[in-house]
Amino acid sequence: MTRITVTVDGTRYTDDVEPRTLLVQYLRDRLGKVGTVVGCDTGNCGACTVHLDGRSVKSCQLLAVQTDGHEVTTIEGLANGATLHPMQEAFRDCHALQCGFCTPGMIMQAVDLVTENPHPTEAEVREGLEGNLCRCTGYHNIVKAVQQGAGAMSGGQS
Amino acid sequence: MIPATFEYVAPTSVDEALAALAESGDDAKVIAGGQSLLPVLKMRLNAPSVVIDLGRVDGLRGISVDGSDLVIGAMTTHHEIANSPLVREHAGVLADAVSQVADAQVRHRGTIGGSLAHADPAGDYGAPILALGASMVITGSGGSRTVAADDYFTDLFETAVGEGELLTSVRIPSHGGAGSAYEKFVRVAQQWAIVAVAATVRVADGHIAEAAIGLTNMGSTPLRARGVEEALRGRPVTADAVREAASRAAEGTNPPSDLNGSAEYRRHLATVLTARAVLKAAGG
Ligand SMILES: Cc1cc2nc3c(=O)[nH]c(=O)nc-3n(C[C@H](O)[C@H](O)[C@H](O)COP(=O)(O)OP(=O)(O)OC[C@H]3O[C@@H](n4cnc5c(N)ncnc54)[C@H](O)[C@@H]3O)c2cc1C
Ligand code: FES
Ligand code: FES
Repeated sequence: MTRITVTVDGTRYTDDVEPRTLLVQYLRDRLGKVGTVVGCDTGNCGACTVHLDGRSVKSCQLLAVQTDGHEVTTIEGLANGATLHPMQEAFRDCHALQCGFCTPGMIMQAVDLVTENPHPTEAEVREGLEGNLCRCTGYHNIVKAVQQGAGAMSGGQS
Repeated sequence: MIPATFEYVAPTSVDEALAALAESGDDAKVIAGGQSLLPVLKMRLNAPSVVIDLGRVDGLRGISVDGSDLVIGAMTTHHEIANSPLVREHAGVLADAVSQVADAQVRHRGTIGGSLAHADPAGDYGAPILALGASMVITGSGGSRTVAADDYFTDLFETAVGEGELLTSVRIPSHGGAGSAYEKFVRVAQQWAIVAVAATVRVADGHIAEAAIGLTNMGSTPLRARGVEEALRGRPVTADAVREAASRAAEGTNPPSDLNGSAEYRRHLATVLTARAVLKAAGG
């Protein structure tokens, strides 16, 4: 067992974990943050995307012990109380999901993308979401939502 | 999928990391970004008893200029390299290639050291590293040594990094002012290269003064297309002249055949992509 202290969605946790524990397992099984899901478990689909110190990472491709002393944000930490994050709101507004399985990862990656590039073109959105697979929507409404969310995040009308 | 149990060691200096390696011998694995190692551990293709995390080691991360060399620490991420103005200025072809590695999430974690130590012949670092004539700084308990890119890749997933050693940095002679391009051929998003070509080219008076070409996934290691480099020297920057020289791109290669394409198809791709990369790099 290795003792780690991690801040997840604004709360500090200190836990003893087996070093082989994946971050996504720690989030779901230990902290109960089941908003972060596992799709492929091989680093390909992006469903498990969270932020580590503000940058998007795939939590199935990271050991929990590697996050000791760092800050993790999951989809559950995006909303401000009952107020959805503008990117969450945009996904709802644009019908950017069907089954919803890819959505947590899509939104976390979208927020990362817009943080780096506040006004992405359609092509830049598609390229920025390269690591996130959706089996349902055909991506069209997702791209629309990310551009709308980007506008809202930079203070424009959503 | 969950890896087999292992002990986790998190050194904070290169010396500590080397000591941990020496203590556990070939039963230890170093973890950098984990983007290649974790899949291997999860599928239990490897089950080290000790995993040594380089993530907390000071001084392995960063990009700087030392004399006429660009120096990149082994733990510098793909994202940092792809977005660095210093890399763009001194080693443009590396920025071109690394911005095409995997996807944003993987680029936030994966490192230059991990990629070059893993040495997948389809990886996007080898070709630019060869074309730039870089050197790898390898550190062991006895100190550091420098290995030229041409001698670094020894076989499929094999490099000059020996047991008990770490790749600590990469030194790249500045290519300031040279044109560059990385032509990566893939069929779907976020794919490993079917074939890719790295080119760095200097043009003087409309003629190619100097060109260096690296090939991705054309054999068990990344390769340099010396025949093309020779054929390009002194040639005018015209589509015909460049295509003629690029027709030698597959010389001496031994590409794989797999679901993405036959060896023959890859040889063809190498010539087409080389011409494209050289023309783009030469601004033609
Ligand atoms: C979905 C996906 C798509 C990808 N697509 C691409 C792609 O298109 N192109 C591409 O080039 N790569 C691709 N990769 C691989 C990615 O670039 C990895 O980041 C890289 O191969 C390994 O770097 P790492 O830092 O993650 O190393 P790790 O996975 O931590 O380590 C890899 C190996 O190198 C050893 N090692 C690491 N650092 C050192 C060191 N400093 N000294 C000695 N040994 C060391 C480790 O022990 C291990 O054996 C992809 C990965 C994923 C998950
Ligand atoms: S579950 Fe992590 S990338 Fe698919
Ligand atoms: S909405 Fe079903 S996978 Fe994207």
